[in-house]
Amino acid sequence: MNMSATIERSFKPADYKSSVKPVWCPGCGDHSVLLSFQRAMAELALAPENVAVVSGIGCSSRIPAYTNCYGFHGVHGRSLTVAAGLKVARPDLTVVVASGDGDGFSIGGNHFLHACRRNIDLTYIVMDNRIYGMTKGQPSPTTEPDWDTAIAPGGTGLSPFHPLVVALASGANFIARSFSGDLGGTARMIVEAIRHPGFSFLQILSPCVTFRPDQQKGWKDIVRNAVVPETDDPGRAARRLMTDDGFNTGVLYRGKRPPYQPAPLASMDPSQLETEFDI
Amino acid sequence: MTHQSSPTLSVVLTGSGGAGVMTAGQTLLDAATGCGLYGLMTRSSGPQIRGGEAAAMLRFGAQPVLCHGDRFDVLVAFDFENLQRFAAEIPMDATGLIIADPAAGETPEFLRKTGARVVHVPMAKLAKAVPGGRVSMVALGALARLIGLPEDSIVGAVAKSVGKKKPEAIAASERGVLAGAAAAADIEPGARLVTPPAADKPRWSLTGNEAAGLGAIKGGVRFVAGYPITPATEILEWMAPALQKTGGVLVQAEDELASINMIIGASFGGVPSLTATAGPGLSLMIESIGLAVASETPVVVVDVMRSGPSTGIATKSEQSDLNIAVYGLHGDAPHVVVAPLDVGDCLMTAQWAVHLAESLQTPVTMLSDQALGQTRAVIDKPAEASFPTRRAVWTNDGEAYARYALTPSGVSPMALPGVEGGQYTADGLTHNVKGTPSSQAKDHIDQLDKRRHKLEAFDYGAHWAEIDGDGDIVVVTWGSASAPIREALAAARAQGHRIKLVALRLIAPAQPDRLAAELAGARRVLIIEQNHSGQLWRYLRAHCDLPAHVTPIHRSGPLPFRPGEISAHLQKGLES
Repeated sequence: MNMSATIERSFKPADYKSSVKPVWCPGCGDHSVLLSFQRAMAELALAPENVAVVSGIGCSSRIPAYTNCYGFHGVHGRSLTVAAGLKVARPDLTVVVASGDGDGFSIGGNHFLHACRRNIDLTYIVMDNRIYGMTKGQPSPTTEPDWDTAIAPGGTGLSPFHPLVVALASGANFIARSFSGDLGGTARMIVEAIRHPGFSFLQILSPCVTFRPDQQKGWKDIVRNAVVPETDDPGRAARRLMTDDGFNTGVLYRGKRPPYQPAPLASMDPSQLETEFDI
Repeated sequence: MTHQSSPTLSVVLTGSGGAGVMTAGQTLLDAATGCGLYGLMTRSSGPQIRGGEAAAMLRFGAQPVLCHGDRFDVLVAFDFENLQRFAAEIPMDATGLIIADPAAGETPEFLRKTGARVVHVPMAKLAKAVPGGRVSMVALGALARLIGLPEDSIVGAVAKSVGKKKPEAIAASERGVLAGAAAAADIEPGARLVTPPAADKPRWSLTGNEAAGLGAIKGGVRFVAGYPITPATEILEWMAPALQKTGGVLVQAEDELASINMIIGASFGGVPSLTATAGPGLSLMIESIGLAVASETPVVVVDVMRSGPSTGIATKSEQSDLNIAVYGLHGDAPHVVVAPLDVGDCLMTAQWAVHLAESLQTPVTMLSDQALGQTRAVIDKPAEASFPTRRAVWTNDGEAYARYALTPSGVSPMALPGVEGGQYTADGLTHNVKGTPSSQAKDHIDQLDKRRHKLEAFDYGAHWAEIDGDGDIVVVTWGSASAPIREALAAARAQGHRIKLVALRLIAPAQPDRLAAELAGARRVLIIEQNHSGQLWRYLRAHCDLPAHVTPIHRSGPLPFRPGEISAHLQKGLES
């Protein structure tokens, strides 16, 4: 690669957009997330070929092909692990992981815990619409207990999963929330998340207009910037997140744990390994 | 490759937890190796995590020894606690010798019934009588005297393992060995070791799991993710420091779903990658192996097979994962399955597996097993293998890039992240040549054809099988069953029988033309494998034109095939 050419390149949001037309419904919050992502990339001025967007399965997980970055659209629930392997093997890349509330918190729940704990330098964006959209409207871990669906008539009766609290308890070092309808705010959060060294978790409230029409208007009216100073104290953050109604946006916790990046110790020729077997 | 025409001696050391059985076994192997012998050692233990009864099974010979024999010549019992558990694993007969501590009480019924001669050495008492004495050293001293192994070779092996910094430990070992040898001086010996002239060839001592790890690194693997599982863990434990030294990294994943996806991610980034597991882990990985097929991401999955299904017997061998390795994936998902044939062959086969994965941009599953992985063998240093072909990568030539372009070979150059102009999204969704998701019939069929074609058009060369001998009776086998079969064939050939062996290293894709050529003119074909349902036999029936007279011979683990058992089957085949 020609480094001088790289330095001279400047980027516009459109440089991060591919020619593939999204499958999302008109009005879906994910369209806005894609726009915010493009803005964030342009602001960070990362060359598209040095960014990898990794995802699993679901509406939000279709995003990699809509960007002009390298992309990996894998199986359901495993995006964080594909991304972890990629980042450890290729620390030079910026790796962004895109997921949804079903992909990330249900089938991929275990990997969420361990990604927070492992603290590899990944940016984890979860587009949370509190529903399984691609399979046409089943409750997800973040769905309200009384939300009536065909598979759970009258509602699940289950307490919703609180991803930000779980992230904090699992050791995540950067925890933030934004609303897809606020393009500028979401772009800012993506920029901050990518700049943060180590694992950063951004929940984006991204309405499903088809199966959760209530969200479109309701969330717009209710989301607000968190009017509290940023904290690096996990105790304060825990109290804040536990009492949070799920609609405060901004960076809600920023810790200082160093990222995990195993460095190879040496570059010995493999044939030297053989000496331990000699008799 | 083994052919046990020269005499061997088999020894089993048994005792309860803390008696030092495994360490003593290792010392004995090192001592015999120091005298120029070849040998192998297999560990067997009860279900306890630590302690409990244990057996170290060893076999020595002047020529390489790659499997256990039909019976043990000598059993050394540090005590008789729970020895009954090993009854089926320790065949003995009236020619055998049992060295026991008189304080251990009565010889168990199953041993008495073999007719083996029981001799007594007061191991515990003698160990107490010498400063720093240990039962295991007294036992090895007595054993050395009775099988004709120089006693100083035992002390030499101890010195080598504890290092020069502990002269006290070495002196204590020597006192124990000498006390044991003295106590055995008046005992009539049984079978004796035939010590060869000093070996002049370079030799190695390693396990199949270590060999697989080394082969993988020699093949270019620099990223490993894995989750602990018996009997594959040693691959991970050996590779972790070895990768650090060679510029690579190992990540312990949270589960096998993570392991396989981490290596897919690393390989997408351009780094040859591997995971190692056993049957339960392979079951969890299957969905993502299909992802590697569809996204054409090279990865190697080593399955060290154990008795299944479910948790099965985690510490015992079986060749029963062929079906899941070949057929486990949903959809039409052609991929590669290979199997090493003996402990040393784990090296070359792992190296070859990396080569195939990288060259074909496909997942390769390597079916090793517990009998190979956890057996330590002394072998001639393997010949250097070299596989020059690597992954085809895309360089920006100014042309528009299509990741899944249809090419004559079926392999299309892969753009690695960081290369400008090569951006694409690797996808498990059916996609067109550019990688864009598509539900069009033509794209689906084109990509299915492409992925099948690249595996079929590839020249796998001579490594697909080891062919040995000639004759109108042909034995077809795979994996670890090969070694006892080779030994049985050597015995049959010594009696003038002409029998050919085809030991398959390449399981999938099937090689019907190559196999047909090897089976041409065969009067009878025996297909031998260690699983309950005849998985290879059924697989070959599905893919190959087999002659009319095929005899499938298969049985489950946990007990290993022994050469005599194979000989009996051969005899039936020769008579019919």
